[in-house]
Parts: sequence; structure tokens; C-alpha cells
Amino acid sequence: MTTVPSMAPSMAPSMAPSMAPSMAPSMAPSMVPQPYQVTARHEECPDTVTLALVPLREQIPTPRPGQFSMVYAFGVGEVPISVSGRVGTTGLLHTLRAVGAVTRALHAARPGDVLGLRGPFGTGWAVPAPERADLVIVAGGIGLAPLRPVIYHALGERGRYRSVTVLIGARSPADLLFTGEYARWTAGGIDVRVTVDRAHSGWTGHVGLVTTLFTGVVTDPGRTVAFTCGPEVMMRLSARDLADRGVPPTAIQLSLERNMRCGIALCGHCQLGPVLVCRDGPVIDYDRGEPLLSVREL
Amino acid sequence: MTTTLQLLTEHPFLTGLPPRWIDRLAGSVRRIGYPAGHRIFHEGAPAEHFWLIHSGRVALDIHVPGRGDVLIETLLPGTVLGWSWLFPPYRWHFGAVAADLTHTVQFDAAGVIQLCDDDPEFGFVLMHRFMGVLIDRLQATRVRLLDLYSYPKVDS
Repeated sequence: MTTVPSMAPSMAPSMAPSMAPSMAPSMAPSMVPQPYQVTARHEECPDTVTLALVPLREQIPTPRPGQFSMVYAFGVGEVPISVSGRVGTTGLLHTLRAVGAVTRALHAARPGDVLGLRGPFGTGWAVPAPERADLVIVAGGIGLAPLRPVIYHALGERGRYRSVTVLIGARSPADLLFTGEYARWTAGGIDVRVTVDRAHSGWTGHVGLVTTLFTGVVTDPGRTVAFTCGPEVMMRLSARDLADRGVPPTAIQLSLERNMRCGIALCGHCQLGPVLVCRDGPVIDYDRGEPLLSVREL
Repeated sequence: MTTTLQLLTEHPFLTGLPPRWIDRLAGSVRRIGYPAGHRIFHEGAPAEHFWLIHSGRVALDIHVPGRGDVLIETLLPGTVLGWSWLFPPYRWHFGAVAADLTHTVQFDAAGVIQLCDDDPEFGFVLMHRFMGVLIDRLQATRVRLLDLYSYPKVDS
């Protein structure tokens, strides 16, 4: 893990889940965004882009798969964005969808623009998973972005696992992310299955809920480790389906999404029941997450 | 080569049924493979069969003037194709096309209904299974109506 010299050792991302209120004084550095330059911008679909960000001065610590950054559009605001990959040794990829003022500003960023970055924050996906495990990665919509590092991990250590399956759901074929990579993932020994809710006339793939792709995926529930990220209803249905197939709830991980502001469990904006998602999440196992998925908005 | 009886026994829709009932069903079936692109049935045609899909993929569609045949859903191996034969008007509500080379076991609806009439216990169990399929599809359709992937506005 890369540690930024100016950042106190206690701020290492691996310590994030155990950050207690008493750590407030040492949290100051992570409240200061580091300037990162946009070096590339790739339009995944009309409202979604992937930005390559490279540090201009200090880099933030290297995130683990599943962690997020607070990305600052200077003069507009800051939002939590999952890390969807890395660029070289210091740069990061963030994939985001334009849904509000800040994300629209980030979406509009072009190579050469400077954004602020804080982080990484939160818990990550539990990788590497046990050897000989069957990995089942279930992504809905932009939920594929935070799962892509898990896919890269699985590609890099394909021999470690018995099987790796990626199930991808999207609203329509035009909304699918990273489509240019599916062939490489498949060639790397990953079973990639794609479905959409609505198809255009030229679509020859699957149409239906992502859970309809589960058939035949779970062959040995005891050795299955699942990762799911997407709209909460989709995660709830997916996790329930996997649990019904015998996968232990502790082996089903989901990535919660709440309105995260500070990223360091101080402001309480992301509170979900007893959990502060920015610190205790976003990745949480279904054993703990099941009751939280039914918590209504505060 | 897998026998028809094995295919029936191993299909998720029939899993756990007593062998005597599987034997009875086997009298109303035939194995059929459809090449990719083959239309299995047209919307509005009499519904006289149902199918258990063993491999391949079937696309359900409906003809929309000006848009052609619009794909509604695809059915994968392990699922059931067709339930319009169960209820009036006994006509297909959607069309079905083999999206890939698809292997199925086709059931004769009249023969299966006769089996159900002859043995109400068998009929109840079979209808119960069909209800499970119908409910799964209904729930899935309801969830798709939510348009889950349309993102909520979180920063404004």
C-alpha cells in the first residue's frame, strides 16, 4: 500500500473501519483534497464517463478494490465516487454518471482540468477470496464500476479460483459499461453473462432481470463468494436469491450507497441504522446488510 | 446419450417429482431442437404445447407496428416456455423464437391436462409448479417496471 508522507500512519485505508471519534485530530489531512489532473476521459455511454486522474503533487494512498474517493469539482462540490481502476502506479480511474450538479461538472471535465481527490475511504471487497472459491460478481448499471477492480484481480489470479462468473445487468444495451473489455475478460477465463431490461431491435443478447442469469452459476454454495453492486433493490433480490441457493450470507458482499459527505464518519450524512456507510461500508456482507437494506431513508 | 426420462428428471421444473409422475409425463412429450432464428410459435396462434428448455435460449417477442418484433424477455436453460395453454383463450400472448440452437422437450398440452384430470393430486402439484413460474416472471416484470437503473438524483 502506498502511503502519502504527509498523511498520518493511522489514516491508512486498512484502518478505516476501526476509525473512532477519538481520531479526529489526525483526520485533518484527509479533509484536504489533493489536486489531480484529468489525463484521459472516456465516454462509456451518454451520461457516464471514466476519468483518468493523475496526482499533480501528493498522491492519495492506493485504494483497495471497492473503496471510494471523494472527488471535488472545485467551486461546485464534492461527491463520493468508486475507484474503477488504476492508471500506472499513481493514477486512478473513476467512472461516474451525471445525475446532479457536481457529477455533471465532473462529467464535463476534460483532459487538463484539475479535480480534487480525498481518500481512499471505506471498506473494500474481500479479495483475495479463499483459494478454489467460485467467484460470482453481480453488477447492475454503474455498479459494475466498483466491481471492475475485483474482475481485474480475478483475471490476474485466475488460477487461484475454481470459477469466476460476472453477471451484468443494465437498463438497455446502450447503458452497458466497459463493453470493450468483455471479450478480454472472457478470454481470461471468466464467464461473462449480460442482460438488459429493455432491448432494441438489433439486440441478440439476454433480456430480463440479472437474477435470471443465476441458473447454473452456484454449483457449490459452500465455496461460493459473491460480490454485488447496483441499485439496492437489485442487490436485495440478488443477495436473497444467492442465499436461497445456499450461499452463506457472510459470503455475499454488497456495496451500499448513501449520501456520503465527509468520508471519515464525522458528519453522519451516510448513517444507515447503526452503520456509517463511509466508514463501515460501502462494502458490507449480507449477514449484516440484510436488515439495513430495509431501513428507510432518514 | 441422455434419455428423455433423464432429461425430464434433471430439469429444475420437474425436480423432486415422484418417478411414476415423470413416467406419465414422458408419454406426452417429444424432444425437439430448434435452430437459431426458428420461430417456435406466433403471437395469437393456438397454444397447444409447452416446453422445458435444456440448452440454448428462447426469445419472447411481440409485434409492434412500426417497430417490428420487440424482444420482451429471453428464457434460459432450466426454465419453462409457454403457459397460455393453461387458460382461455388458449392462444399465445407473445411470440417465441429460438435465439440460439435450442434443445427442448415439448409437451402436448391436451395430454397433460388429461393426466391432471385423471389424477387431481398430480394436477395440483403440476399447477403449483406452474404458479411458481408465473409468480417468478410476474415479480421479475414488476421489478423491471421500476426502471431500477434510472439513477436517483443525489447531488443538486
